[in-house]
Amino acid sequence: MTVSLNHYLVLSAMLFCIGVAGVLTRKNAIIILASIELMLNAVNLAFVAFARHWGDVSGQIFVFFSLVVAAAEVAVGLAIIVVLFRHKETVDIDEVNLLKW
Amino acid sequence: MESIFFIILAVVAIFSGLMVILKQNPIASVLFLVLTLFCTAALYVLLAAPFIAVIQIIVYAGAVMVLFLFVIMLLNLNRIQEGGALILKILGVVVAGLMLVVTAVVLRSVAIPADSGFLRPLQAGFGSVEAVGRSLFTTYLLPFEIASFLLLAAIIGAVVLAKKKL
Repeated sequence: MTVSLNHYLVLSAMLFCIGVAGVLTRKNAIIILASIELMLNAVNLAFVAFARHWGDVSGQIFVFFSLVVAAAEVAVGLAIIVVLFRHKETVDIDEVNLLKW
Repeated sequence: MESIFFIILAVVAIFSGLMVILKQNPIASVLFLVLTLFCTAALYVLLAAPFIAVIQIIVYAGAVMVLFLFVIMLLNLNRIQEGGALILKILGVVVAGLMLVVTAVVLRSVAIPADSGFLRPLQAGFGSVEAVGRSLFTTYLLPFEIASFLLLAAIIGAVVLAKKKL
């Protein structure tokens, strides 16, 4: 079995859908952030696979920027969670319902 | 040989991805995410992207995940009772399964023959530090500089948000 682009794309899709299931299912805000990181990681894998497929290094450049964005987003997201915890003593997202009508 | 590595890494990556979303203890969940990141970094090495693999280990597994663990330990979370309505959890898994089915159908309809290996032979030094650096500092110089602004905004945002007194 030669490993081809299809295999990497299927693996990336499975990791992405596992991340989606994590975001939709869990109640702990930190685990939801971790699932979002899993989704970003799956997308990075698809980018690097395509970069290898077309012989173009731009895919890897995009992964570089995706990593930068993920790091920035995690920093701000965790700061929000810290402030949330300071107010409500919990990170359960079912308790965060101030914006509900 | 490469396919053996790919299969082992893929199985371990999917297993640890599942453990990320299934474990109740948040620290165990984040540690399994670190394992997933290491597996993905090894897959990047298989895909002729050694620079991105090392950057992923240093930045993602080494900084972002450590930040996660710091926040979990600082907040000293007890286990959150994951008692949501079971029907909502089942619906979540069904939606993710449907997404996977749709993606599989789309991939099936794209005409990449599964046994042909990767398409192009690569030039020497593809994905090395020189190749990525050359592209990053010539073609993609503007996004590179804007990324520094993004990081500055994230730093200021995180500090301002988490401060007790401004």
